[in-house]
Amino acid sequence: MTALIIVAAVLVLLIIFVIGIYNALIGLRNQVDNAWSQIDVQLKRRHDLIPNLVETARGYMKHERGTFEAITNARSQAVGAKTVAEASKAEGALGEALSKFMLMVENYPDLKASQNFLAVQEELASTENKISFSRQNYNDQVLFFNNKIQMFPSNTVANMFNFSKRDFFGLESAAEREVPKVSFS
Amino acid sequence: MVLMAVVLLLLGFFIGLGFFGQQGGFFGLLIALTIWLILTLISFSQGDAILLAASKAKPVTHDVHPQLFNVVEEMRIAAGLPAMPKIYIINDPAPNAFATGRSPQTASVAVTAGLLARLNRDELQGVIAHEMSHILHRDILFVTLAGIMLGSTVLLSNVFLRGMFYGSTGGSRRRYSGGGRGGGQAQLLMLVIAIVAAILAPLMAYLLYFALSRKREYLADAGAARLTRYPEGLASALEKIANDPSPQLATVNKVTAPMYIVNPFKKQGQMKLSDWTSTHPSISERIKILRGMTHGVSFRDYSDSFSKITHKKTVVPLAALTKEDIALREASAQAKKQELLEKQFRQVGDIMRRVNGFIFLTCVCGLKLKIPPNFKGNNVICPRCHKVLPLSA
Repeated sequence: MTALIIVAAVLVLLIIFVIGIYNALIGLRNQVDNAWSQIDVQLKRRHDLIPNLVETARGYMKHERGTFEAITNARSQAVGAKTVAEASKAEGALGEALSKFMLMVENYPDLKASQNFLAVQEELASTENKISFSRQNYNDQVLFFNNKIQMFPSNTVANMFNFSKRDFFGLESAAEREVPKVSFS
Repeated sequence: MVLMAVVLLLLGFFIGLGFFGQQGGFFGLLIALTIWLILTLISFSQGDAILLAASKAKPVTHDVHPQLFNVVEEMRIAAGLPAMPKIYIINDPAPNAFATGRSPQTASVAVTAGLLARLNRDELQGVIAHEMSHILHRDILFVTLAGIMLGSTVLLSNVFLRGMFYGSTGGSRRRYSGGGRGGGQAQLLMLVIAIVAAILAPLMAYLLYFALSRKREYLADAGAARLTRYPEGLASALEKIANDPSPQLATVNKVTAPMYIVNPFKKQGQMKLSDWTSTHPSISERIKILRGMTHGVSFRDYSDSFSKITHKKTVVPLAALTKEDIALREASAQAKKQELLEKQFRQVGDIMRRVNGFIFLTCVCGLKLKIPPNFKGNNVICPRCHKVLPLSA
């Protein structure tokens, strides 16, 4: 009889233990998903900001039509992207066009002094930061989740319910990761 | 934290023993617990509101200071907090900041006008990240609970010692010298123990409280480095704050001190003991640790740098010491430029006036008038072109 009670108690404890870990894993996975959707929120914010930016700067930079077109095109491509691969490519192009534009601004002192433009510039700089911080947070959450899946004892529960590892968010493009080759020939 | 609770409860136990004899120990314990519970309940429901009101902090929105608002939101995203903390500005020239609120959902961040006037974007980000890590680690809850325990301990021992003093001079010795002669002696011994406990307990509680507060500061620094990926931002902000000549914060007391990013009390005399009796680690040490993080920004990198500089064991809990390869980032483009400090000062002045209900008028001659909220009358005369301007715009 006592042996039976002990076995039952151990079983109950084990079940409670498994439930606890399972719930923790679900919580972590939801946080990963939430972090992923945060990135989209920030990207959307960037899209919304661009018409405002172009409108503010256009009057001062009459001879930079090509730059504005590049930004507007990149934006519409990013907004219309269907697949994740398409979106990440378009967002990368948009980011590049924007940083080119910010370099060009240095040549227009009137624009730089304008209060309106300063306000838009702060919003744009902050949005770029928010995008990179939301990616950083996504990677942090993925790291916690993957650690939990791989470490004992939670890995046993993770295997039982088929939790799979998540991928980290990569750099903007593979080209950025590569070290530029320097030849002396 | 647990140790502080033990100190408080032991004090209650001994006082009970001294006052009421053998069975009194648990009675004293009960009194200590009740005091602690009541104070905890008050500070749980009202703590952050009391603190914000006591420091005369004014709530701000995005329009008042977009950069501050944006930096807070960036750090909220980096920390993955569920809700945006409320943001407050304190009208004080001393640069400082604090966070409050008992959970990440209901947190507030307050910065002084002096801080906004002196720091560039990266430095402000470092300071906000430090406060955000306090929120993320629930340090405010920890420090508040510990502070209440400290308060209860001090209160209890004060009440007991004063009661003793008046009791003995008033001549009513009947209460504790009754009973047989042997019992009286045991009672006297208990009384002596209770007095010693009442004198030592607050001291112990203070030291434990300070140690807890210092440890939390280090951890928040480590968290800030990890969130921003840029320890130099916080290091240079701390340097600017430490070298600031303005007088100490006007609205501060001993209880609220541990909430701030740097100790708001300016030191008068330097003593060796001050290391033990300070709520904050020395700023120079914190800067050195942050600048020693040359390889990465994970908690492990902070802990390595910490042991190298202080020659002490790590402050970081073992669970956080997993190996992570996180590289440092570059300074932001805005921070690289030398900003015009004077202009920044004037902007912050305008912000404080707007927060305090000033009215801004721009005259046709280009002069900007700033009218205080208690101004009586409907018109003002421009001091430059003597045009009469209507106030109700």
